[in-house]
Amino acid sequence: MRRALGPVAALAWKDILLEIRTRDVVVSVLVFGFLIVIIFNFALNVTPAVVDELAPGILWVAFAFAGILAMNRAFVLEKERGSLDGLLLTPASRDAIYFGKMLGTLLFMLVVEALLLPVFAVMFRFSAFSPGLILTIFLATLGFATVGTLFSAMAVNTRSREIMLPVLFLPVVVPVIIGAVEASSLSIGGEGSISIARWLGLIAVFDAVFLVVCPWVFGLIVEE
Amino acid sequence: MARTEGKTLTRGGGFRLSELVEPWTLALAAVATLMVVDLYLIFMWAPTERVMGHVQRVMYFHVPIAWVAFLSFFIVFLASIAYLWKRDPKWDALAYSAAEIGVVFATLILITGTIWMRPVWGVWWTWEPKLTTSVILWVIYVVYLMLRGYAPNRSRGATFAAVLGIVGFIDVPIVYFAAEWWRSVHPSSVVGPLSEPGNLDSDMRVVLMFSAVTFTALFALLVRERVSMRRSEDTLRRTIYSARTAAGR
Repeated sequence: MRRALGPVAALAWKDILLEIRTRDVVVSVLVFGFLIVIIFNFALNVTPAVVDELAPGILWVAFAFAGILAMNRAFVLEKERGSLDGLLLTPASRDAIYFGKMLGTLLFMLVVEALLLPVFAVMFRFSAFSPGLILTIFLATLGFATVGTLFSAMAVNTRSREIMLPVLFLPVVVPVIIGAVEASSLSIGGEGSISIARWLGLIAVFDAVFLVVCPWVFGLIVEE
Repeated sequence: MARTEGKTLTRGGGFRLSELVEPWTLALAAVATLMVVDLYLIFMWAPTERVMGHVQRVMYFHVPIAWVAFLSFFIVFLASIAYLWKRDPKWDALAYSAAEIGVVFATLILITGTIWMRPVWGVWWTWEPKLTTSVILWVIYVVYLMLRGYAPNRSRGATFAAVLGIVGFIDVPIVYFAAEWWRSVHPSSVVGPLSEPGNLDSDMRVVLMFSAVTFTALFALLVRERVSMRRSEDTLRRTIYSARTAAGR
């Protein structure tokens, strides 16, 4: 167990350390997410009467787009400095590299979301600290990071990689976005846990399927 | 045709048809005949639907086209797995060809669906689960073709595309379930007289089946032709490359 998790933790720690020293990802993504909230507020004219219907949608558009920005960074640095080749030469398995990068991305996104959520809650007047909402955010972000890490590794190797990541990522995560918006809307509206469970189940199935598929194909795309 | 020229066809005891015409020409003629018969059945023979009228005849195109599109993406999925496993370019050629033709058919699903939907449901578009799934599927395979175009080289493009071919196909059922549940939360505004061809008249069923066979045959012909074109492209590219290397460039 230690042997398998060691490289994963080391790789994730490397990204975290880099982030603590530069604060590149979290700050830029946070500002970007905040701007999305502001723009939506003007675009949709969020009055108190419609806030319950619109807030979950705005929340998840902000999280998805901010997430894309964070994922883009996951492999850009490795690519620019040629350190991905170095990583591949180490005895760490391809799975360990995948999970290490995935863990780093997941953590950055969760930090950004944890900082954005109270801002949302204040601006749109809902309670951010319901267990249903927090569980939804965790499961959906796990789904985002799972497929996002795979697509980020692909997109970084293509021309016009800034556009390739979102167009690869968004159609595939449609089920997560649908599930996350519905579950958040139920939990903001104070619905019972049974109706939320169905949507959380959908997101969990997505996570489980892609947590198996993505590491397998990740090994194949970084090999060449 | 060229292969049969110069052969004597006057041997005793008759000759085989395949010596006269190439199998491909034969296949083309067969598909063309099927298509003409299909069109006759659709527009002349099939009964007119009582509520929707003539526009319902779009079904005989729409349903077979949808079937062919889903079939082609299933082929992309299988060929992608085979390519990642064996690394044989023939599987990549099959995956690419099926995806390209699949995108054409998926575009036709959306177009024929809209033509049928507008007079019957009164709207050009609605987020019904099948439509939602179709449009997401369409986007995924358009991106599949884009990905190959933007890849740094052909072999990486093939690998990347194979990955998307697998991930995208696995995603489709999840998208469908999500859209289905989502719709039960947001009741659709559609109150059309007939949202699905539930009880088909037996004559209609015959025409629909015939049309499905016809379109599947057309699809098989197109894929076969596209794969052989793709193989020729590869051969040509290799020839040019080796000629350049030999010339010292």
